[in-house]
Amino acid sequence: MANAVARPRGINGLVARSAAVFAPRARNLQGLLFCLPLIFLFIAFVVYPLYFEVTQALDRYTYEVLFADPIYVQTIVNTLTYVGVAVNVKLILALLLSGILQSDSRSVRFLSAIFLLPWAIPVLPGILSIRWMLSSQWGIMNLIMEDIGVGTVHWLASRWMAIGALITFHIWKYLPFWTVIFLAARRGIPRELYEAAAIDGAGPFQNFRFITFPMLKGIYLICSLLSMVFTLGDFTNVWLLTGGAPGDSTHVLATLAYRYTFLMGKIDWGVGVFATALPVTLLFIFILIKKIK
Amino acid sequence: MTRPAGGRVRQIVVRLARAVVLALVAVWTLFPIYYMLVLSFTPTAELFRPEYWVRNPTLESYRFVVFQQSVFVKYFWRWMGNSVLVAGVTMGAVLVISALGSFALGRLHFGLSRVISGMTLFTYIIPASFLSIPFFKIMADYDLLDTYWALIAAMTTFASPYALWVLWDYAKTIPPEIDESAAIDGAGLLTIFYRIYLPLVLPPLIAIGTYAFFFAWNEYLYAVLFLQSEHMFTLPISMGTFLTGDDAPWNLLMALSTIYAIPPVVFYYVFRRYLTHGLVSGAVQGM
Repeated sequence: MANAVARPRGINGLVARSAAVFAPRARNLQGLLFCLPLIFLFIAFVVYPLYFEVTQALDRYTYEVLFADPIYVQTIVNTLTYVGVAVNVKLILALLLSGILQSDSRSVRFLSAIFLLPWAIPVLPGILSIRWMLSSQWGIMNLIMEDIGVGTVHWLASRWMAIGALITFHIWKYLPFWTVIFLAARRGIPRELYEAAAIDGAGPFQNFRFITFPMLKGIYLICSLLSMVFTLGDFTNVWLLTGGAPGDSTHVLATLAYRYTFLMGKIDWGVGVFATALPVTLLFIFILIKKIK
Repeated sequence: MTRPAGGRVRQIVVRLARAVVLALVAVWTLFPIYYMLVLSFTPTAELFRPEYWVRNPTLESYRFVVFQQSVFVKYFWRWMGNSVLVAGVTMGAVLVISALGSFALGRLHFGLSRVISGMTLFTYIIPASFLSIPFFKIMADYDLLDTYWALIAAMTTFASPYALWVLWDYAKTIPPEIDESAAIDGAGLLTIFYRIYLPLVLPPLIAIGTYAFFFAWNEYLYAVLFLQSEHMFTLPISMGTFLTGDDAPWNLLMALSTIYAIPPVVFYYVFRRYLTHGLVSGAVQGM
């Protein structure tokens, strides 16, 4: 900061990163004015709703009611399964695939362009297509099943089959995205490390074990946390694919809250459902904010 | 360098294995999309006989969806218009908010920037659904349900953080000397923002704008909460209403789906480079 004073001063308090020339107060005011719309959105639509949720959720009676509802308990199991299985399988596959797609040959590049389609198309077309594929009467999946001699399967008619379909859809839709993230991260690993390892006679597994994974560990952790938080709050995929059916056995937190609040008119139950996940979510968010900064 | 013979065999095996994996990935990825297209070209009479391909492809569904009102697709143009309107206004709002914010964070280096960037990141990470109930309550209290404003407010709130994040990343790479020399020439803060900063970040600004547009284009949860009358629907909710029951004309829905999916896909391929850069450099949007 010693040379900061020697730098030319701007006129309206505009200050370069290295040169803290201007009165902080003026800069604070200007910065604040520029961020005003953002701050407004944050307070009105993030802080206030959160405040509402937390104050509403402090009522102990709500949880007594919720835990007495078997659907609620089932929902927690569903959510943990969905988040745990879908996110981890997806990220491990993404890590592997990014290794395969890394070599830059033409066909690989062409394939990686195709591969991103599920992420690029909106959720609804994907879900509609899969819903029809899984239709027990007219779906193509049952045609395939019959052609290979397994016979008709009622895909969305039982709890675990439906959750399996959900997890499969999640992997289909979001695997490409995370593969691209890991691909980019892999490109950031210095080539020299592999060259040095090759001289030492390291094979692909040793490369992965001693170079690639240690270098990717940080980003892998961030990605897992982020993906878990996003998936924990997933409403759209579950609502559109299973809608909680059969018999409200495949709800996740967000869809159950929707059911309680908007279909049954129990707003405090709905808030209570989100509040159950809030402590974990907030913890994850704070870890992430620390890591990403 | 000569390779030992065993090395060559292994190389072939590795290549073959890679080709097989990639082929599987391609089939796995493309099948639902292929099947959506197949259904959209299937005539209604053949809809309830599953096939791997279309025997008599027809554009009937598309024609029907776009030009004819039916019980299922009542207001195609209105829904399309709603989607474009809501996404367009959201895009404008996100651009203004994130341009101003990124300028402040990336160029001004004021005392509160840490707080504000933390706040942005927080909004970005917290799942939108967690705030849906109180958000709904706010809109109900202010009598804004079934209006575009409620939806636009929600989408702007949740699309701005990522947009800001990407722009901020660009803002940081602009050399500070540019601002300084402009300031010496007597340019005010707003002039610098408008005349110097905006043109410099134009390319990412365009990418961010389209990102915001398609964020809003795809949004489902808040749209389904806020929009209640059928003529107010955006495209995704209008399709979502037919999910119950197998009796909906799925070829029509698939035609509608295809029309709905084309803009984001095209956009994605045009802006791929910007997006991946933004995604990787800062936080990540996905799931």
